Amino acid sequence: MIGSLASLGAGVLGLLAAIGRLAAFTGQTISHLVRPPFYGREFATALLQIGYFSLPVVGLTAFFTGGALALQIYSGGARFSAEAVVPQIVAIGMVRELGPVLVGLMIAARVTSSIAAEIATMKVTEQIDALVTLSTHPMKYLTLPRVLAATLVMPILVGVGDIIGIYGGFLVGTERLGFNAAAYLQNTADFLEPSDIVSSLAKGAVFGFIAALMGCYYGMNSERGAMGVGRATKSSVVAAAILILAANFLLTEAFFSA
Amino acid sequence: MITLSGVHKTFGTNAVLRGVDLSVAKGESMVVIGGSGTGKSVLIKSVLGLVKPDAGIITVDGKDVNKGDRDAFLGRFGMLFQGGALFDSLPVWQNVAFRLLRGSLKKPKDLARAIAVEKLRRVGLGSDVADRLPAELSGGMQKRVSLARAIAAEPEIIFFDEPTTGLDPIMAGVINDLIREIVTEMGATAVTITHDMTSVRAIADKVAMLHAGKIRWTGPVGDMDASGDPYVDQFIHGRATGPIAAVR
Repeated sequence: MIGSLASLGAGVLGLLAAIGRLAAFTGQTISHLVRPPFYGREFATALLQIGYFSLPVVGLTAFFTGGALALQIYSGGARFSAEAVVPQIVAIGMVRELGPVLVGLMIAARVTSSIAAEIATMKVTEQIDALVTLSTHPMKYLTLPRVLAATLVMPILVGVGDIIGIYGGFLVGTERLGFNAAAYLQNTADFLEPSDIVSSLAKGAVFGFIAALMGCYYGMNSERGAMGVGRATKSSVVAAAILILAANFLLTEAFFSA
Repeated sequence: MITLSGVHKTFGTNAVLRGVDLSVAKGESMVVIGGSGTGKSVLIKSVLGLVKPDAGIITVDGKDVNKGDRDAFLGRFGMLFQGGALFDSLPVWQNVAFRLLRGSLKKPKDLARAIAVEKLRRVGLGSDVADRLPAELSGGMQKRVSLARAIAAEPEIIFFDEPTTGLDPIMAGVINDLIREIVTEMGATAVTITHDMTSVRAIADKVAMLHAGKIRWTGPVGDMDASGDPYVDQFIHGRATGPIAAVR
Protein backbone atom coordinates (compact mmCIF):
# COMPACT_ATOMS: atom_id res chain seq x y z
CA MET A 1 0.00 0.00 0.00
CA ILE A 2 2.75 2.42 1.03
CA GLY A 3 4.80 1.30 -1.96
CA SER A 4 1.90 2.11 -4.32
CA LEU A 5 1.39 5.51 -2.73
CA ALA A 6 5.12 6.23 -2.97
CA SER A 7 5.08 5.33 -6.69
CA LEU A 8 2.06 7.52 -7.24
CA GLY A 9 3.68 10.39 -5.32
CA ALA A 10 6.91 10.03 -7.27
CA GLY A 11 4.94 10.11 -10.52
CA VAL A 12 3.03 13.23 -9.50
CA LEU A 13 6.22 14.95 -8.34
CA GLY A 14 7.91 14.03 -11.61
CA LEU A 15 5.00 15.44 -13.61
CA LEU A 16 4.96 18.67 -11.61
CA ALA A 17 8.72 19.03 -11.99
CA ALA A 18 8.41 18.54 -15.76
CA ILE A 19 5.65 21.15 -15.94
CA GLY A 20 7.82 23.52 -13.90
CA ARG A 21 10.81 23.03 -16.19
CA LEU A 22 8.69 23.60 -19.28
CA ALA A 23 7.11 26.71 -17.73
CA ALA A 24 10.55 28.09 -16.86
CA PHE A 25 11.79 27.36 -20.39
CA THR A 26 8.74 29.09 -21.87
CA GLY A 27 9.23 32.11 -19.63
CA GLN A 28 12.89 32.30 -20.52
CA THR A 29 12.08 32.12 -24.24
CA ILE A 30 9.52 34.92 -23.98
CA SER A 31 11.85 37.06 -21.86
CA HIS A 32 14.44 37.06 -24.67
CA LEU A 33 11.83 38.67 -26.93
CA VAL A 34 12.38 42.00 -25.20
CA ARG A 35 16.11 41.72 -24.55
CA PRO A 36 18.62 42.39 -27.33
CA PRO A 37 20.55 41.23 -29.25
CA PHE A 38 18.19 39.79 -31.86
CA TYR A 39 19.38 37.48 -34.58
CA GLY A 40 17.48 38.62 -37.68
CA ARG A 41 19.23 36.23 -40.04
CA GLU A 42 18.31 33.21 -37.91
CA PHE A 43 14.73 34.50 -37.70
CA ALA A 44 14.52 34.88 -41.49
CA THR A 45 15.94 31.39 -41.99
CA ALA A 46 13.39 29.98 -39.54
CA LEU A 47 10.56 31.80 -41.35
CA LEU A 48 11.66 30.21 -44.60
CA GLN A 49 12.15 26.73 -43.12
CA ILE A 50 8.95 26.64 -41.08
CA GLY A 51 6.71 28.67 -43.37
CA TYR A 52 7.64 28.50 -47.03
CA PHE A 53 9.00 24.95 -47.07
CA SER A 54 5.94 23.65 -45.20
CA LEU A 55 3.53 24.93 -47.85
CA PRO A 56 3.53 21.74 -50.00
CA VAL A 57 2.72 19.41 -47.10
CA VAL A 58 0.12 21.82 -45.72
CA GLY A 59 -1.48 22.26 -49.13
CA LEU A 60 -1.69 18.55 -49.89
CA THR A 61 -3.04 17.70 -46.43
CA ALA A 62 -5.72 20.38 -46.63
CA PHE A 63 -6.68 19.55 -50.23
CA PHE A 64 -7.27 15.85 -49.63
CA THR A 65 -8.99 16.49 -46.29
CA GLY A 66 -11.36 19.03 -47.85
CA GLY A 67 -12.21 16.62 -50.66
CA ALA A 68 -12.77 13.69 -48.31
CA LEU A 69 -14.88 15.88 -46.02
CA ALA A 70 -17.16 16.83 -48.92
CA LEU A 71 -17.67 13.17 -49.82
CA GLN A 72 -18.36 12.21 -46.19
CA ILE A 73 -20.87 15.01 -45.63
CA TYR A 74 -22.64 14.24 -48.88
CA SER A 75 -23.01 10.52 -48.17
CA GLY A 76 -23.80 11.07 -44.49
CA GLY A 77 -26.21 13.89 -45.23
CA ALA A 78 -28.04 11.69 -47.74
CA ARG A 79 -29.34 9.64 -44.82
CA PHE A 80 -31.59 12.52 -43.79
CA SER A 81 -31.87 14.35 -47.13
CA ALA A 82 -29.29 17.00 -46.19
CA GLU A 83 -26.86 16.62 -49.12
CA ALA A 84 -27.15 20.33 -49.89
CA VAL A 85 -25.22 21.37 -46.77
CA VAL A 86 -21.88 20.17 -48.15
CA PRO A 87 -20.48 23.70 -48.90
CA GLN A 88 -21.44 25.05 -45.49
CA ILE A 89 -20.12 22.09 -43.47
CA VAL A 90 -16.89 21.87 -45.47
CA ALA A 91 -16.30 25.58 -44.88
CA ILE A 92 -17.05 25.52 -41.18
CA GLY A 93 -15.27 22.20 -40.64
CA MET A 94 -12.12 23.29 -42.42
CA VAL A 95 -11.89 26.81 -41.00
CA ARG A 96 -12.96 26.19 -37.42
CA GLU A 97 -11.41 22.80 -36.81
CA LEU A 98 -9.68 20.69 -39.42
CA GLY A 99 -7.58 23.42 -41.00
CA PRO A 100 -5.80 24.57 -37.84
CA VAL A 101 -5.60 21.12 -36.21
CA LEU A 102 -4.31 19.26 -39.26
CA VAL A 103 -1.84 22.01 -40.15
CA GLY A 104 -0.74 22.05 -36.51
CA LEU A 105 -0.20 18.29 -36.49
CA MET A 106 1.64 18.36 -39.83
CA ILE A 107 3.89 21.12 -38.51
CA ALA A 108 4.47 19.05 -35.36
CA ALA A 109 5.53 16.15 -37.57
CA ARG A 110 7.67 18.17 -39.95
CA VAL A 111 9.00 21.12 -37.96
CA THR A 112 8.99 20.00 -34.32
CA SER A 113 10.89 16.83 -35.16
CA SER A 114 13.38 18.70 -37.31
CA ILE A 115 14.03 21.38 -34.66
CA ALA A 116 14.40 18.79 -31.87
CA ALA A 117 16.77 16.61 -33.89
CA GLU A 118 18.89 19.56 -34.99
CA ILE A 119 19.22 21.13 -31.54
CA ALA A 120 19.72 17.76 -29.82
CA THR A 121 22.52 16.93 -32.26
CA MET A 122 24.05 20.32 -31.61
CA LYS A 123 23.92 19.56 -27.91
CA VAL A 124 25.56 16.14 -28.09
CA THR A 125 28.29 17.44 -30.40
CA GLU A 126 29.03 20.35 -28.01
CA GLN A 127 27.85 22.98 -30.51
CA ILE A 128 25.58 24.48 -27.83
CA ASP A 129 28.58 24.78 -25.49
CA ALA A 130 30.54 26.31 -28.36
CA LEU A 131 27.80 28.93 -28.81
CA VAL A 132 28.11 29.89 -25.15
CA THR A 133 31.91 30.21 -25.35
CA LEU A 134 31.40 32.44 -28.40
CA SER A 135 29.31 34.81 -26.25
CA THR A 136 26.06 33.77 -27.92
CA HIS A 137 23.08 32.78 -25.79
CA PRO A 138 21.62 29.53 -27.19
CA MET A 139 18.08 30.57 -26.25
CA LYS A 140 18.45 33.80 -28.20
CA TYR A 141 20.22 32.23 -31.17
CA LEU A 142 18.32 28.94 -31.49
CA THR A 143 15.05 29.03 -29.55
CA LEU A 144 13.64 32.54 -29.90
CA PRO A 145 13.98 32.83 -33.72
CA ARG A 146 12.29 29.46 -34.25
CA VAL A 147 9.47 30.00 -31.74
CA LEU A 148 8.79 33.53 -32.98
CA ALA A 149 8.87 32.49 -36.64
CA ALA A 150 6.51 29.56 -36.04
CA THR A 151 4.08 31.73 -34.07
CA LEU A 152 3.97 34.36 -36.81
CA VAL A 153 3.95 32.11 -39.84
CA MET A 154 1.49 29.47 -38.66
CA PRO A 155 -1.61 31.69 -39.02
CA ILE A 156 -0.59 32.20 -42.66
CA LEU A 157 -0.14 28.47 -43.15
CA VAL A 158 -3.50 27.80 -41.51
CA GLY A 159 -5.14 30.46 -43.72
CA VAL A 160 -3.64 28.86 -46.82
CA GLY A 161 -4.70 25.42 -45.54
CA ASP A 162 -8.27 26.63 -44.96
CA ILE A 163 -8.52 28.02 -48.50
CA ILE A 164 -7.01 24.94 -50.13
CA GLY A 165 -9.21 22.65 -48.01
CA ILE A 166 -12.33 24.54 -49.07
CA TYR A 167 -11.09 24.37 -52.66
CA GLY A 168 -10.67 20.58 -52.30
CA GLY A 169 -14.27 20.35 -51.14
CA PHE A 170 -15.35 22.69 -53.95
CA LEU A 171 -13.66 20.53 -56.59
CA VAL A 172 -15.23 17.33 -55.30
CA GLY A 173 -18.57 19.09 -54.85
CA THR A 174 -18.70 20.51 -58.35
CA GLU A 175 -16.89 17.81 -60.35
CA ARG A 176 -18.07 14.69 -58.55
CA LEU A 177 -21.25 15.53 -56.66
CA GLY A 178 -22.89 17.85 -59.19
CA PHE A 179 -23.02 21.11 -57.22
CA ASN A 180 -23.29 24.38 -59.11
CA ALA A 181 -19.97 26.20 -58.79
CA ALA A 182 -21.39 29.67 -58.20
CA ALA A 183 -23.95 28.43 -55.68
CA TYR A 184 -21.26 26.42 -53.85
CA LEU A 185 -19.03 29.49 -53.48
CA GLN A 186 -21.96 31.69 -52.48
CA ASN A 187 -23.03 29.24 -49.77
CA THR A 188 -19.49 29.01 -48.47
CA ALA A 189 -19.07 32.78 -48.30
CA ASP A 190 -22.50 33.34 -46.75
CA PHE A 191 -22.02 30.78 -44.04
CA LEU A 192 -18.55 31.73 -42.79
CA GLU A 193 -18.36 34.46 -40.15
CA PRO A 194 -15.39 36.67 -39.28
CA SER A 195 -15.13 35.00 -35.87
CA ASP A 196 -14.59 31.64 -37.61
CA ILE A 197 -11.61 33.03 -39.48
CA VAL A 198 -10.21 34.84 -36.43
CA SER A 199 -10.43 31.69 -34.32
CA SER A 200 -8.73 29.68 -37.05
CA LEU A 201 -5.79 32.07 -37.33
CA ALA A 202 -5.49 32.45 -33.54
CA LYS A 203 -5.37 28.69 -33.18
CA GLY A 204 -2.65 28.65 -35.81
CA ALA A 205 -0.51 31.09 -33.82
CA VAL A 206 -0.91 29.07 -30.60
CA PHE A 207 -0.18 25.77 -32.35
CA GLY A 208 2.89 27.25 -34.03
CA PHE A 209 4.18 28.45 -30.67
CA ILE A 210 3.63 25.02 -29.13
CA ALA A 211 5.20 23.13 -32.05
CA ALA A 212 8.43 25.15 -32.11
CA LEU A 213 8.68 25.41 -28.33
CA MET A 214 8.44 21.63 -27.90
CA GLY A 215 11.12 21.06 -30.53
CA CYS A 216 13.47 23.51 -28.82
CA TYR A 217 12.69 22.28 -25.29
CA TYR A 218 13.31 18.61 -26.00
CA GLY A 219 16.32 19.41 -28.18
CA MET A 220 17.94 21.54 -25.50
CA ASN A 221 17.27 18.88 -22.85
CA SER A 222 18.41 15.95 -24.95
CA GLU A 223 20.50 13.22 -23.39
CA ARG A 224 23.80 12.06 -24.86
CA GLY A 225 24.28 9.90 -27.92
CA ALA A 226 22.15 8.81 -30.86
CA MET A 227 19.58 7.32 -28.48
CA GLY A 228 19.27 10.66 -26.71
CA VAL A 229 18.68 12.48 -30.00
CA GLY A 230 16.10 9.88 -31.07
CA ARG A 231 14.29 10.07 -27.75
CA ALA A 232 14.25 13.87 -27.79
CA THR A 233 12.82 13.89 -31.32
CA LYS A 234 10.11 11.34 -30.52
CA SER A 235 9.15 13.02 -27.25
CA SER A 236 8.97 16.44 -28.86
CA VAL A 237 6.53 15.30 -31.55
CA VAL A 238 4.34 13.39 -29.08
CA ALA A 239 4.28 16.33 -26.65
CA ALA A 240 3.58 18.85 -29.41
CA ALA A 241 0.73 16.75 -30.87
CA ILE A 242 -0.92 16.22 -27.48
CA LEU A 243 -0.55 19.85 -26.44
CA ILE A 244 -1.91 21.04 -29.80
CA LEU A 245 -4.99 18.85 -29.43
CA ALA A 246 -5.48 19.95 -25.80
CA ALA A 247 -5.02 23.60 -26.73
CA ASN A 248 -7.48 23.14 -29.58
CA PHE A 249 -10.13 21.96 -27.15
CA LEU A 250 -9.51 24.87 -24.80
CA LEU A 251 -9.51 27.43 -27.61
CA THR A 252 -12.67 25.99 -29.14
CA GLU A 253 -14.29 26.17 -25.70
CA ALA A 254 -13.14 29.78 -25.34
CA PHE A 255 -14.24 30.91 -28.82
CA PHE A 256 -17.47 29.05 -29.36
CA SER A 257 -19.04 28.07 -26.03
CA ALA A 258 -22.04 30.29 -25.73
CA MET B 1 45.75 34.22 -13.55
CA ILE B 2 43.18 31.42 -13.30
CA THR B 3 42.64 30.00 -9.82
CA LEU B 4 40.45 27.12 -8.72
CA SER B 5 39.99 26.57 -4.98
CA GLY B 6 38.20 23.58 -3.52
CA VAL B 7 36.06 22.96 -6.59
CA HIS B 8 33.56 20.12 -6.23
CA LYS B 9 31.19 18.74 -8.81
CA THR B 10 28.94 15.69 -8.56
CA PHE B 11 26.72 14.22 -11.27
CA GLY B 12 24.08 12.08 -9.58
CA THR B 13 26.09 9.77 -7.34
CA ASN B 14 29.32 10.27 -9.29
CA ALA B 15 31.59 12.76 -7.51
CA VAL B 16 33.79 13.90 -10.40
CA LEU B 17 35.64 16.80 -8.80
CA ARG B 18 36.35 16.45 -5.08
CA GLY B 19 38.18 19.60 -4.14
CA VAL B 20 40.32 20.74 -7.05
CA ASP B 21 42.95 23.39 -6.31
CA LEU B 22 44.88 24.70 -9.29
CA SER B 23 46.53 27.93 -10.42
CA VAL B 24 47.50 28.87 -13.95
CA ALA B 25 49.73 31.92 -14.27
CA LYS B 26 49.21 34.55 -16.99
CA GLY B 27 50.92 33.55 -20.24
CA GLU B 28 51.52 30.01 -19.02
CA SER B 29 50.67 26.85 -20.92
CA MET B 30 49.22 24.39 -18.43
CA VAL B 31 48.38 20.85 -19.51
CA VAL B 32 46.00 18.82 -17.37
CA ILE B 33 46.49 15.07 -17.71
CA GLY B 34 44.50 12.23 -16.26
CA GLY B 35 42.62 9.11 -17.22
CA SER B 36 39.38 9.05 -19.15
CA GLY B 37 36.41 10.05 -17.04
CA THR B 38 38.44 11.77 -14.34
CA GLY B 39 36.73 15.12 -14.89
CA LYS B 40 39.28 17.02 -16.98
CA SER B 41 36.65 18.43 -19.34
CA VAL B 42 34.36 19.23 -16.40
CA LEU B 43 37.24 21.21 -14.93
CA ILE B 44 37.60 23.62 -17.85
CA LYS B 45 33.85 23.76 -18.44
CA SER B 46 33.52 24.88 -14.82
CA VAL B 47 35.85 27.79 -15.50
CA LEU B 48 33.76 28.83 -18.50
CA GLY B 49 30.49 28.48 -16.61
CA LEU B 50 29.26 25.65 -18.86
CA VAL B 51 29.13 23.47 -15.75
CA LYS B 52 28.17 24.95 -12.40
CA PRO B 53 30.35 23.62 -9.55
CA ASP B 54 28.61 22.43 -6.39
CA ALA B 55 31.23 24.11 -4.20
CA GLY B 56 34.48 26.03 -4.47
CA ILE B 57 35.62 29.28 -6.00
CA ILE B 58 36.98 29.90 -9.49
CA THR B 59 38.55 33.25 -10.26
CA VAL B 60 40.18 34.81 -13.29
CA ASP B 61 42.48 37.71 -12.43
CA GLY B 62 40.99 37.69 -8.95
CA LYS B 63 37.36 38.05 -10.11
CA ASP B 64 34.79 35.34 -9.44
CA VAL B 65 33.81 33.83 -12.81
CA ASN B 66 30.15 33.72 -11.80
CA LYS B 67 29.92 37.45 -11.17
CA GLY B 68 30.10 40.43 -13.50
CA ASP B 69 29.46 40.89 -17.22
CA ARG B 70 29.23 37.41 -18.73
CA ASP B 71 29.75 38.51 -22.36
CA ALA B 72 32.87 40.47 -21.48
CA PHE B 73 34.15 37.52 -19.48
CA LEU B 74 33.58 35.00 -22.27
CA GLY B 75 35.07 37.45 -24.77
CA ARG B 76 38.44 36.82 -23.12
CA PHE B 77 38.29 33.09 -23.91
CA GLY B 78 38.74 30.89 -26.93
CA MET B 79 38.05 27.19 -26.87
CA LEU B 80 38.91 24.24 -29.06
CA PHE B 81 36.40 21.48 -28.40
CA GLN B 82 37.26 17.80 -28.50
CA GLY B 83 35.03 17.07 -31.49
CA GLY B 84 35.55 20.46 -33.11
CA ALA B 85 31.96 21.55 -32.39
CA LEU B 86 31.77 23.38 -35.70
CA PHE B 87 28.32 24.62 -36.71
CA ASP B 88 27.13 22.29 -39.48
CA SER B 89 24.86 24.82 -41.12
CA LEU B 90 27.50 27.53 -41.56
CA PRO B 91 30.37 27.59 -44.06
CA VAL B 92 33.87 27.33 -42.67
CA TRP B 93 34.64 31.06 -42.78
CA GLN B 94 31.46 31.92 -40.87
CA ASN B 95 32.39 29.34 -38.24
CA VAL B 96 35.81 30.95 -37.83
CA ALA B 97 34.41 34.48 -37.83
CA PHE B 98 31.33 33.61 -35.75
CA ARG B 99 32.22 35.99 -32.94
CA LEU B 100 33.17 38.73 -35.41
CA LEU B 101 29.80 38.61 -37.17
CA ARG B 102 27.65 39.31 -34.11
CA GLY B 103 27.67 40.74 -30.63
CA SER B 104 30.05 43.29 -29.16
CA LEU B 105 32.96 42.27 -31.42
CA LYS B 106 30.88 42.60 -34.61
CA LYS B 107 32.83 43.74 -37.65
CA PRO B 108 31.82 44.46 -41.27
CA LYS B 109 31.24 41.21 -43.16
CA ASP B 110 34.15 41.70 -45.58
CA LEU B 111 36.58 42.41 -42.75
CA ALA B 112 35.31 39.42 -40.74
CA ARG B 113 35.81 37.19 -43.77
CA ALA B 114 39.32 38.54 -44.35
CA ILE B 115 40.22 37.84 -40.72
CA ALA B 116 38.74 34.33 -41.00
CA VAL B 117 40.77 33.60 -44.15
CA GLU B 118 43.92 34.90 -42.43
CA LYS B 119 43.27 32.67 -39.37
CA LEU B 120 42.67 29.71 -41.67
CA ARG B 121 46.00 30.45 -43.34
CA ARG B 122 47.59 30.59 -39.88
CA VAL B 123 46.48 27.03 -39.19
CA GLY B 124 47.64 25.84 -42.59
CA LEU B 125 44.38 25.91 -44.54
CA GLY B 126 43.93 27.68 -47.87
CA SER B 127 41.20 30.16 -48.72
CA ASP B 128 39.58 27.46 -50.88
CA VAL B 129 38.11 25.83 -47.75
CA ALA B 130 36.48 29.05 -46.58
CA ASP B 131 33.22 28.47 -48.40
CA ARG B 132 32.97 24.75 -47.74
CA LEU B 133 30.72 23.26 -45.08
CA PRO B 134 32.40 21.53 -42.09
CA ALA B 135 30.99 18.14 -43.16
CA GLU B 136 33.05 18.39 -46.37
CA LEU B 137 36.32 18.48 -44.42
CA SER B 138 38.47 15.69 -42.96
CA GLY B 139 38.81 15.29 -39.19
CA GLY B 140 42.22 16.97 -39.16
CA MET B 141 40.95 19.91 -41.21
CA GLN B 142 37.95 20.29 -38.90
CA LYS B 143 40.30 20.41 -35.91
CA ARG B 144 42.30 23.15 -37.63
CA VAL B 145 39.15 25.12 -38.42
CA SER B 146 38.13 24.81 -34.80
CA LEU B 147 41.57 26.03 -33.77
CA ALA B 148 41.22 28.97 -36.15
CA ARG B 149 37.84 29.78 -34.57
CA ALA B 150 39.35 29.59 -31.08
CA ILE B 151 41.98 32.20 -31.97
CA ALA B 152 39.92 34.36 -34.34
CA ALA B 153 39.09 37.04 -31.77
CA GLU B 154 42.63 36.89 -30.32
CA PRO B 155 41.57 35.80 -26.83
CA GLU B 156 43.72 36.18 -23.74
CA ILE B 157 42.96 32.66 -22.55
CA ILE B 158 42.58 29.58 -24.73
CA PHE B 159 41.31 26.15 -23.67
CA PHE B 160 42.11 23.08 -25.73
CA ASP B 161 40.02 19.99 -24.96
CA GLU B 162 41.74 16.86 -26.27
CA PRO B 163 43.16 18.65 -29.33
CA THR B 164 44.71 15.56 -30.94
CA THR B 165 42.10 12.91 -30.18
CA GLY B 166 41.20 10.92 -33.28
CA LEU B 167 44.04 12.28 -35.40
CA ASP B 168 46.89 10.31 -36.94
CA PRO B 169 50.34 10.89 -35.36
CA ILE B 170 51.50 13.27 -38.09
CA MET B 171 48.36 15.41 -37.95
CA ALA B 172 48.52 15.30 -34.14
CA GLY B 173 52.09 16.61 -34.35
CA VAL B 174 50.96 19.40 -36.69
CA ILE B 175 48.19 20.44 -34.27
CA ASN B 176 50.57 20.30 -31.28
CA ASP B 177 53.10 22.51 -33.06
CA LEU B 178 50.36 24.94 -34.10
CA ILE B 179 49.06 25.22 -30.55
CA ARG B 180 52.55 25.84 -29.17
CA GLU B 181 53.34 28.45 -31.84
CA ILE B 182 50.03 30.25 -31.48
CA VAL B 183 50.15 30.35 -27.70
CA THR B 184 53.71 31.67 -27.79
CA GLU B 185 53.11 34.31 -30.46
CA MET B 186 49.82 35.51 -28.95
CA GLY B 187 51.17 35.47 -25.40
CA ALA B 188 47.94 33.79 -24.36
CA THR B 189 47.31 31.74 -21.24
CA ALA B 190 46.53 28.19 -22.31
CA VAL B 191 44.96 25.24 -20.56
CA THR B 192 45.06 21.99 -22.50
CA ILE B 193 43.41 18.75 -21.56
CA THR B 194 44.87 15.58 -22.95
CA HIS B 195 46.07 12.08 -22.20
CA ASP B 196 48.40 12.12 -25.20
CA MET B 197 51.90 12.34 -23.71
CA THR B 198 53.41 13.56 -26.99
CA SER B 199 51.04 16.54 -26.81
CA VAL B 200 51.98 17.14 -23.19
CA ARG B 201 55.69 17.40 -23.99
CA ALA B 202 55.03 19.57 -27.05
CA ILE B 203 52.57 22.02 -25.51
CA ALA B 204 53.15 22.27 -21.77
CA ASP B 205 55.06 24.72 -19.62
CA LYS B 206 53.50 23.11 -16.57
CA VAL B 207 51.61 19.87 -16.05
CA ALA B 208 48.89 19.00 -13.55
CA MET B 209 47.60 15.50 -13.04
CA LEU B 210 43.95 15.05 -12.10
CA HIS B 211 43.14 11.82 -10.35
CA ALA B 212 40.24 10.77 -8.13
CA GLY B 213 38.74 14.24 -8.35
CA LYS B 214 41.82 16.10 -7.10
CA ILE B 215 45.03 17.51 -8.51
CA ARG B 216 47.45 14.72 -7.69
CA TRP B 217 50.64 16.44 -8.83
CA THR B 218 51.59 19.69 -10.52
CA GLY B 219 54.95 21.00 -11.70
CA PRO B 220 57.03 22.06 -14.70
CA VAL B 221 56.93 19.67 -17.65
CA GLY B 222 60.68 19.12 -17.25
CA ASP B 223 60.11 17.70 -13.76
CA MET B 224 57.34 15.33 -14.83
CA ASP B 225 59.57 12.33 -15.49
CA ALA B 226 61.17 12.67 -12.05
CA SER B 227 58.00 13.56 -10.15
CA GLY B 228 58.45 10.72 -7.69
CA ASP B 229 54.68 10.24 -7.70
CA PRO B 230 53.73 6.64 -8.54
CA TYR B 231 50.41 7.76 -10.08
CA VAL B 232 52.10 10.23 -12.43
CA ASP B 233 54.79 7.71 -13.21
CA GLN B 234 52.28 5.01 -14.13
CA PHE B 235 50.25 7.41 -16.24
CA ILE B 236 53.05 8.98 -18.27
CA HIS B 237 54.57 5.60 -19.02
CA GLY B 238 51.22 4.02 -19.79
CA ARG B 239 51.68 1.05 -17.47
CA ALA B 240 48.74 -1.26 -16.88
CA THR B 241 49.96 -2.05 -13.37
CA GLY B 242 50.35 0.46 -10.57
CA PRO B 243 48.22 2.43 -8.14
CA ILE B 244 45.75 3.53 -10.86
CA ALA B 245 43.26 0.73 -11.49
CA ALA B 246 43.30 -0.34 -15.14
CA VAL B 247 39.61 -1.22 -15.00
CA ARG B 248 37.55 1.78 -13.91
